[in-house]
Amino acid sequence: MTRDEITTGLAEILEEVAGVNPDDVAEGKSFTDDLDVDSLSMVEVVVAAEEKFGVKIPDNEVQNLKTVGDAVSFIEAQS
Amino acid sequence: MSRPDVVVTGLGATTPLGGDVASTWDAMLAGRSGVSALTQEWAAQLPVRIAAQLAVEPSEVLDRVRLRRLDRSEAIAIIAAQQAWADAGLAGSDLDGERLAVSVGSGIGGATTLLAQDDILEASGPRRVSPHTIPMLMPNGPAAWVGLELGAKAGVHSMASACATGAEAIALGLDIIRSGRADVVVAGGTEAVIHPLPIAGFSSMRAMSTRNDEPERASRPWDRGRDGFVLGEGAGILVLERAEHAAARGARVYARLAGAGITSDAYDIVQPHAEGEGAIRAIAKAIADADVAKQDIVHVNAHATSTPVGDMLEIGGLHKALGDHPVLSATKSMTGHLLGAAGALESIATILAIRDGVVPPTINLDDPEPGLTLDVAAHKARHMEIPAALNNAFGFGGHNVALVFARP
Repeated sequence: MTRDEITTGLAEILEEVAGVNPDDVAEGKSFTDDLDVDSLSMVEVVVAAEEKFGVKIPDNEVQNLKTVGDAVSFIEAQS
Repeated sequence: MSRPDVVVTGLGATTPLGGDVASTWDAMLAGRSGVSALTQEWAAQLPVRIAAQLAVEPSEVLDRVRLRRLDRSEAIAIIAAQQAWADAGLAGSDLDGERLAVSVGSGIGGATTLLAQDDILEASGPRRVSPHTIPMLMPNGPAAWVGLELGAKAGVHSMASACATGAEAIALGLDIIRSGRADVVVAGGTEAVIHPLPIAGFSSMRAMSTRNDEPERASRPWDRGRDGFVLGEGAGILVLERAEHAAARGARVYARLAGAGITSDAYDIVQPHAEGEGAIRAIAKAIADADVAKQDIVHVNAHATSTPVGDMLEIGGLHKALGDHPVLSATKSMTGHLLGAAGALESIATILAIRDGVVPPTINLDDPEPGLTLDVAAHKARHMEIPAALNNAFGFGGHNVALVFARP
């Protein structure tokens, strides 16, 4: 899976869970500061991403995933 | 120290009869029933297959992402509160949040969230349980969301007294303003538990009507053919305000919340006291608190749920506490029983009855009980001057609340 494909997949999840416009989702964007995803919605995003990409994202890893790019890199390395 | 007057300056509701107060009130005056057959698959196995479901789904008002984190009871509380807030002319106002409190309760709370998430837990494991579960099912959820929505910083309170909740939440609002703790209180009740488990539970108590083939005729307070209540869902919210505060901002005033009476039976967990002793005391306390002459209270919106025992006990209580002059209404004949929201919705009906000079009808009263010795506006609304009116609400647990509203 390419980084772009992972980004597109994350954008779909972010739209479903938090109502984020898919056009706003890019690797440089911060989940909390730019996309307005709060901590409970972030939990939903993580669980949905695990399912979609077939990866495990441990709770202690989530705090390091500040931006969409961080998440793409983590998922890319796991899959 | 003189006690401040408290007035009602805003109303909001979403009910089985309409998505707002105006449509609900129009339907009530027309004598329309909000009860219909439950066509959901899960209803087929239940002994009760009728209910009074919302006329307007929350998804028509609030966006999808917002609804993901709200229990249905929370969503409709927010919708009704937004309406009441706008109706009071407070939308976009610079009201000091530290002078604004919320008192909104529910009889049963976020039960449908609890049950739906338990299904997910059983089917998919704990990790799939929504992180919004707790704020969705916590009993203070509706009040907290309304407080967030309106910026209330003088305290957010969540009354829980079963079917007396909505009325008791309004009584608490009255106390808060009288105590000086806030100038404005957004008060009322919300309920949304049309789901197989609560229906099965009430049904096992033999408390619900099983007139499944005639949904619109199932809720029939004081009629000899009544066989239990019909479950309804909805929310009713009032904006209560210190009278001087309302006058200073030139607010439109619907009515004065003149007084409240609260008692408890200490008798049985679900049966009302055999002589209605607690109800009589609540009505008497409300009248005394209101400082309104008994003969001016010419209308009562009764609790009257359509259960065999409760309906007639209330008649006896009204006779003793108020006399034989009031004209009664059982609006649950049209809305079904909204449990924790009932006292709030029926307070709204009581207030509008005073404003418009009209007693809403009690439908389905085809064969009145011989003991129904008080006058009821059966089938059709009745126009008359209403200087003051009473709203009763009683709940499992032995809760009795009476509220007196009067012309401003």
